[in-house]
Amino acid sequence: MDSIHQALIEIVGEEQVSNRPEELYIYSFDLGTTEPHRPDYAVAPRTTEEIQGIVKLANKEKIPVVPLGGGLSLAGLAVPFKGGIALDLKRMDSIIEVNEEARYAVVECGVSQGQLTTYLERYYPHLTHSEPGAPPQATIAGNVAIHGQGDLAHPYGFNSDMVNGLEVVLPTGEICKFGSCSIGASWFTQHPLPDLGLFLGWSGATGIITKVSLRLFPCKSIRGTGLFVVENEELVPEVMYKLSHTQMAEDIVAFSQAIPPFASGLQHFSINMAADSEKELEFKQEIIWDDTLGEYIRSGAGGFLGFVRGLQRPQVSKTSDWRKGGGFEYVGSIMPVKKYPECYRRGREISERHDIPYTVLGRCIGAAHSMMFSWTYAFNRADPETVKQAREALHETDDLVLELGGTIWKPGLYGQKLAMERLDPNTLKLMKKVKQLLDPNGIMNPGNWEVSQ
Amino acid sequence: MTLADYKYADTIHRCFRCGYCKFPVNWMDVNNCPAYARFRMETYSCGGRLWLTRAWLSGEIDWSDHLAEILYSCTACKNCEVKCPLRFNVDILNMIIAAKSEMVEAGRIPSSVKKFLENIQRQGNPYGHPRVKRGEWMEGTGIEPYQGHDFLYYVGCVGSYDTRAQEVARALGKVMQKAGVSFGVLGNDENCDGNEVNKLGEETLFEMLAEENVAQFKKLGIQKVVTLSPHSYNAMKNDYPMFNGDFNVMHYIQLLDGLLGDDRLDISGGYNATVTYHDPCFLGRWNNEYEAPRNVLKAIPGIQLIEMERNRDSTLCCGGGGGNFYIDLLGGSERSPARIRVREAHATGAGILAVACPNCLTMFEDAVKAEGLEEELAVRDVSEIVAEACGIK
Repeated sequence: MDSIHQALIEIVGEEQVSNRPEELYIYSFDLGTTEPHRPDYAVAPRTTEEIQGIVKLANKEKIPVVPLGGGLSLAGLAVPFKGGIALDLKRMDSIIEVNEEARYAVVECGVSQGQLTTYLERYYPHLTHSEPGAPPQATIAGNVAIHGQGDLAHPYGFNSDMVNGLEVVLPTGEICKFGSCSIGASWFTQHPLPDLGLFLGWSGATGIITKVSLRLFPCKSIRGTGLFVVENEELVPEVMYKLSHTQMAEDIVAFSQAIPPFASGLQHFSINMAADSEKELEFKQEIIWDDTLGEYIRSGAGGFLGFVRGLQRPQVSKTSDWRKGGGFEYVGSIMPVKKYPECYRRGREISERHDIPYTVLGRCIGAAHSMMFSWTYAFNRADPETVKQAREALHETDDLVLELGGTIWKPGLYGQKLAMERLDPNTLKLMKKVKQLLDPNGIMNPGNWEVSQ
Repeated sequence: MTLADYKYADTIHRCFRCGYCKFPVNWMDVNNCPAYARFRMETYSCGGRLWLTRAWLSGEIDWSDHLAEILYSCTACKNCEVKCPLRFNVDILNMIIAAKSEMVEAGRIPSSVKKFLENIQRQGNPYGHPRVKRGEWMEGTGIEPYQGHDFLYYVGCVGSYDTRAQEVARALGKVMQKAGVSFGVLGNDENCDGNEVNKLGEETLFEMLAEENVAQFKKLGIQKVVTLSPHSYNAMKNDYPMFNGDFNVMHYIQLLDGLLGDDRLDISGGYNATVTYHDPCFLGRWNNEYEAPRNVLKAIPGIQLIEMERNRDSTLCCGGGGGNFYIDLLGGSERSPARIRVREAHATGAGILAVACPNCLTMFEDAVKAEGLEEELAVRDVSEIVAEACGIK
């Protein structure tokens, strides 16, 4: 047994370390199109102190460490490009605190979205968090680390804007806290201390988030989704602006997809609404369907497709089976809302050029300050040609995002390179300094956000 | 064996590894796959097994003892199949069983699995105990050999040989006697039902067992079977028809539910306890029987029934399925599913963990001891509880 393997066993126990081909195979993959790279070890720690021990060892031995939450970024953000330790964080799954008055939850980094959702429904039904559309094993920490957004993005913004505080193991092994918790107070706010936003958006390249304080929001007793449709994509931005102006919706998502064929070419809106009484719901419905969207309905430009009570978790993994092939990946972007029509048309062209059924989606962020617009490409994992087609389509889409004036959300290596090519030189230098300061040996998730010059 | 020859070659790559398969219905806990709960490595999730199977059959990785243990740690609890949102979900467990079959064909299986199968072939039970001792459990009970009774009472391997499960086999026999049910047993002539053999991927041995049992039942004129074990119930109800075994099969809990409904059992003696019930996988997820055991328990005076967080189709397997009550690839840790489950049962405040499966019974009895909960939580089969309520000693 090699000395590093033995040292890892001493930190986390024999069962939680593997250098066997089976674990190395599984942890070499992202679920998207990124080529696999095998780690040297797969390790599943249970405590912050164990993570600290692993990172200290890795820093001393100059071994890469690649943190992994739910493993669902699809952009290859947890692929061990340079080998090293694949650090599966899902055993860190304790919900440490829910503070009802200040409306936040402190969770360990392996707590899944599904776990927090269910926990709140069971014990704090008047509170909720902004849940992304990912499968339920996506983690809270992983999501904030990539600037994710969820079903409360319209009123409250990015999930990474909802962070009250973090506990982080630095690449050199120190455990640091950020936000009010760092001065011994509760985890209720991140501000107004000096801005130390060193970890969000870095995809684990500057440290390992081990605890997150996440803001919770009022959860009304009646929640549901209304569906609205227009044929003309040019109408989508104005509809989104008008809906956001009402401040009556929790989530506004426009989408269009090739499957099922009867819906292809149409622009659908799913509009989540919440109320604490039938009176409140009726009022909101009237404002949205009659006062705001009534003109489209009456003119025939739009149609009301109904309102269903209860929020259903979107099962996005079904997209993976569109080509009966177990795979899909998407490019996400943060984009001005007015760009929706062009995003839709250009994305559809890319899909059709690569013989992939198109799927696009735009979620309103904030008061239509921006939208997260995504283009999804399904592929057949057993057919390398379709994987190649999807990869090419993804790269073309990364290019398109920047051409249209957007930014790439959680970019993979190709997108990161495009972004850094355009980044302000002084910002790029600062990034490099920050990375060198925090991670002098370059062990954290290497390959990601590496400034070359 | 290559991927092209594999029964599910056209499907196995369709697993996305989204992770739904690990959860109970309500997403409360990511650990509803017993093997994943035990090891917490992605390799031990259903998706991990499917990806590894494909990698093995396509030559990306070699067979190894560890690969075999990963596959055989699957208890066939069906949580993955119930939770997978994709259209091929009906096949995902079969894909794993088919992979086990490939290992059997290649003669590359864990030694404990080999021993399990050898014992069944030699002695008709996984323990390797002599066939001539199979009927010893019934000594002194007055239970008759089957001779044209209404029911064959099929006890199964665990009920016949495990000391603790034998008590349950006797308790059920006495309850049926008290209710005036016409039944007989096969005693030493009873053979293994083959359910676990099938789930371990030994298709040939399973076919042999099923054919022999069907032939024996037919020769004796058996039309109705009541089983002690949900595992036997599953094999006879769902698999034996493929071998012309069209018997009227019921699990005993269904029989008891009916007897209580017909007022054929006097349970006025009651059972004063707070009880939580564990759904066995082969009664619940495999055969959708969730209400009969609850009907029985609720009918007994004095019982306060409390549900665990994970119940019905969200139940956490005891870890004994797929032969693991014997091959024991999930034991030896506080994260063993049975130990997790008894902690959950204890957390409800119940004093009794009720089961309707001899495999679950033995798994949980060991787990209660390992957790040091003997003074606070007792494991009882529902038949024992009914027997006590009937005043049967």
